[in-house]
Amino acid sequence: MIQYVVDGLVNGSIIALGAVGLSITYNVLRFANFAQGEILAIGAYISMAFIVLMGVGIGSIGPVSFGWPLIASIILSVLVTSVVVLAIDWLLFRILRQRSASRITFIIAAFGLSLIVRNVITLIAGADQMFLSFYIPKAIPVLDNFKVVPDDVLILIITAICVVSLHTFLSITTVGKKMRAVAENPVLAMVNGINVKSVVRWSWIIGASLSAIAGTLHAHVTQLDPEMGFELILPMFAALIVGGVTNVYGAVLGGFLIGLTEAFAVAIDLSAYRGGIAFLIMIVVLILRPQGILGEKERDD
Amino acid sequence: MIDILSFVIFFFIICSFYIISSLGLNIQYGFTGMFNVGIAGFFAVGAYTSAILTGPEYADTIFGGFQLPIILGWLCAIAVSGLAGVLVGLVTLRLREDFLAISTFGIAICIQLVALNWESVTRGPNGLYAIPKPFSRFLDSAVMSNLFYLIICIMTIVAIYYALERVVKSPWGRVLRSIREDEVAAEALGKNVFMYRLQAFVLGCGIMGLAGAMYANFVRFISPQDFLPIFTIQVYVMLIVGGKGNNLGAIVGAIVIWALWSASDSLINFIVAPDYQTQAAALRIIIVGVVLVLMLLFRPSGILPEKKHLSS
Repeated sequence: MIQYVVDGLVNGSIIALGAVGLSITYNVLRFANFAQGEILAIGAYISMAFIVLMGVGIGSIGPVSFGWPLIASIILSVLVTSVVVLAIDWLLFRILRQRSASRITFIIAAFGLSLIVRNVITLIAGADQMFLSFYIPKAIPVLDNFKVVPDDVLILIITAICVVSLHTFLSITTVGKKMRAVAENPVLAMVNGINVKSVVRWSWIIGASLSAIAGTLHAHVTQLDPEMGFELILPMFAALIVGGVTNVYGAVLGGFLIGLTEAFAVAIDLSAYRGGIAFLIMIVVLILRPQGILGEKERDD
Repeated sequence: MIDILSFVIFFFIICSFYIISSLGLNIQYGFTGMFNVGIAGFFAVGAYTSAILTGPEYADTIFGGFQLPIILGWLCAIAVSGLAGVLVGLVTLRLREDFLAISTFGIAICIQLVALNWESVTRGPNGLYAIPKPFSRFLDSAVMSNLFYLIICIMTIVAIYYALERVVKSPWGRVLRSIREDEVAAEALGKNVFMYRLQAFVLGCGIMGLAGAMYANFVRFISPQDFLPIFTIQVYVMLIVGGKGNNLGAIVGAIVIWALWSASDSLINFIVAPDYQTQAAALRIIIVGVVLVLMLLFRPSGILPEKKHLSS
């Protein structure tokens, strides 16, 4: 049973990090980004490219299979993914913003974008599965009848570091405060002289960075394939809504809840319906508490 | 000559399923502004309903083998997809547009999961086969029976087109457009916005179900692989390229995009070596995606923009 909980937490951290990106786009740019899963996939494939380029495998440090090559490629992937996402924003969403397109137009554009990215990945890397390494998880006994996989623990630590950094960024730095101001009330923020363009840029960068980390971690514990992002989008949306769309930490909480429920579904032999269970929880939350667990009442905008 | 003829007939039959779905989406998205991302799901519900009701008995299913007349299968497909629309609509139509998009997206995935895993009814990944095709008992040549099928398709499209044109010009249709333009104003005028949206949603889902049923009885074999999210996007591209809020646009868009899709398929098969078929298929989807994005950016109202009405 405990293994299911650990699996759920590991899967949950990936969903949580991805859902934070979703939450930032939702609150700052004000649309549901159906291409968020593909940002994770871009991050994972870029890490894969660096691993292949370096040609020394992912290495290992002590009991974990996270060597310096993997850490280096995650850092490089964070940078490159941010640049790619900024380019996409410049080519697509910037123009839609200029034309003050409706929210539905943004969603459809994101939908089209996800389709394009998925198939560009197929075009470049092929449709077959790829692996960052031939890592086989080895559990190490910690207590009498309790074993953990070192990599799983590390993934949880990395997620914790990301969430704490995000919190620090949003509450201490000027950019973070501006982001919260724009999320709260864009018109008021503009009136107060906040440069919305720079806030938009930073939102994409934060979202893309966390997604690149999440995507690479996901690729590390499972594998890479062009559909990987698409398969994560529903759990991420479920996490966003369950946790509360207006609260970025809600996305984190929601991510872990969805990860744990999916693991629970596997535990009770319902793995075939895994994707549907996240969705059912989302629908129940939408009916009973549309603002989510940590969300505030909907603003009218 | 006969080859070209049979190709043209085949092309337009497949195109009809897209046209009907696109007309169904138009009432939801084009006229009422509801963003339904679950088209593939409602299409699948219609396809499976008709396949189970009109299809033969299979050794490994516990439900089916009714061998009802095809027309009954289609009517039931409309009813069951419409009912699915009621259930989905009751839960999701009070939500904001982006939540509606996320929920319907999830529902399409769930419907596909059910089709894949409920093996005692849908035969799972093996699919349902030997679904009857109308007139195939009387017409022994494939071309003739396809020709008859095409006539049925065209008659159905014409009927739906005229019905929808009447509907959207009626006071009911005006309320739908007013909801799309300004929900609060429609509410303030005493209109029950939720009921109107639900009706429009169910009508659209029923039409998508009919498209699915007609698909099932034409191709005669369906499996969960036929109802992937790419179908939903194709229909959106068709409606947006053709012109949302214009029923003729919905038809024109479906023909244009289906022609582009088929032409790129033949062209790619002709140019690209068989080893690169995966890449070629990806390239084709990229083209459709790029067309969608370019339309959104540079001509959001489509080839045939919505007609201006006196009221607007």
